Amino acid sequence: MTWQWFHRLGSPKWFYEKTTVWLPWIAAAAVILLVVGSIWGLAFAPPDAKQGNSYRIIYIHVPASFLALAGYYVMAISGAIGLIWRMKLSFMVLKSAAPVGAVLTFVSLITGSIWGKPTWGTWWEWDARITSMLVLFFLYLGIIALQSAYRQQEAADKTSAILALVGMVNIPIIYKSVDWWYTLHQPATLKLTEKSAIDPSMAYPLITMILAFYAVYAWLLISQIRVEVLRREKKTRWVQSIGEVS
Amino acid sequence: MNTVRKQRLMLVMFIVAVSTLGVGLTVYAMRENMNYFYPPSKILAGDAPMGRSIRAGGCVVPGTVERADDSLLVRFDVTDGIGQISVTFDEILPDLFAEGEAVVLTGMLDREGVFVASKVLAKHDEQYTPPEVADTLQVDDTANHTAKCKGMSYDS
Repeated sequence: MTWQWFHRLGSPKWFYEKTTVWLPWIAAAAVILLVVGSIWGLAFAPPDAKQGNSYRIIYIHVPASFLALAGYYVMAISGAIGLIWRMKLSFMVLKSAAPVGAVLTFVSLITGSIWGKPTWGTWWEWDARITSMLVLFFLYLGIIALQSAYRQQEAADKTSAILALVGMVNIPIIYKSVDWWYTLHQPATLKLTEKSAIDPSMAYPLITMILAFYAVYAWLLISQIRVEVLRREKKTRWVQSIGEVS
Repeated sequence: MNTVRKQRLMLVMFIVAVSTLGVGLTVYAMRENMNYFYPPSKILAGDAPMGRSIRAGGCVVPGTVERADDSLLVRFDVTDGIGQISVTFDEILPDLFAEGEAVVLTGMLDREGVFVASKVLAKHDEQYTPPEVADTLQVDDTANHTAKCKGMSYDS
């Protein structure tokens, strides 16, 4: 009895109907935060004492990296829920989270590389942080590949859920790599428990951009899941009735 | 939760635990190799392999940078606060190279114990400050593997 609410959460129809209402609001929040954060970060935040203006790539790099890591947890945990409770929706979340996460990881790697060239003097170095981030990118690609490797969707879902769970160990490694080992990459600039190593005038636009990326992530992920819901539930009456209306 | 789901939950936890243990042990076994560079004190203590190319990282000691008049050759000392090594380099330095800043060097120790660098990378710290506050800021950094160049005393 107590688990009933949880199972209702996993109903594709319920999700589709709710997100039809939520999605415009999430999209609006994403656009507003992105516009405000970008203009604030690019035009109003002061330049860095040492790097000048090239540091401003932080306003893309750090939010993208945040969501690349958080998105992996979304993917792995929904995979675990799918394995345990066999909820239809959770496997759709797993599948949809992979391409979104892969794109964010790619953005993180590319912006880091572009920043690394003028700052460090190199496009790419095999230090622990950069390498473990590349492993994350390959994990996302692995999930995408597994999803299309099986003829039966159920087999694809179970296998990719297991891969997602196995790969989850990489996330704390990425996060702690700069503290555990000597790396070229600097330690975290934003800290939750202590004073951040960034001036407030630069930190507020950064926090705005992180919130913006969370909203963009939710927007992209929900849109992806909705497509997946329609694709997998296309034989049901409620999906076909949507087709008739429009 | 019924029994089947409980069993599946145990299986999921088993997968996570085993993969974490496996990767954890692997990473622990390779812990020295996971380091991107050696600090000068470890090189002086003989922890770094000799006779082949290694990376060294530390802070450029202020007042030690000497540039040759007729070539790109530059000499400077690098320290981690414990040990100090001399470095020579004869290519173009990165823009952010400066006294009191962190660098990562690729190269080899010669017979006199001078580190002949073939590549110099500037290592940026996690500090971001506007130019006007940069002078007044006091850095209090306690993280282990951070290049603590700003708060470092170069007296030793």
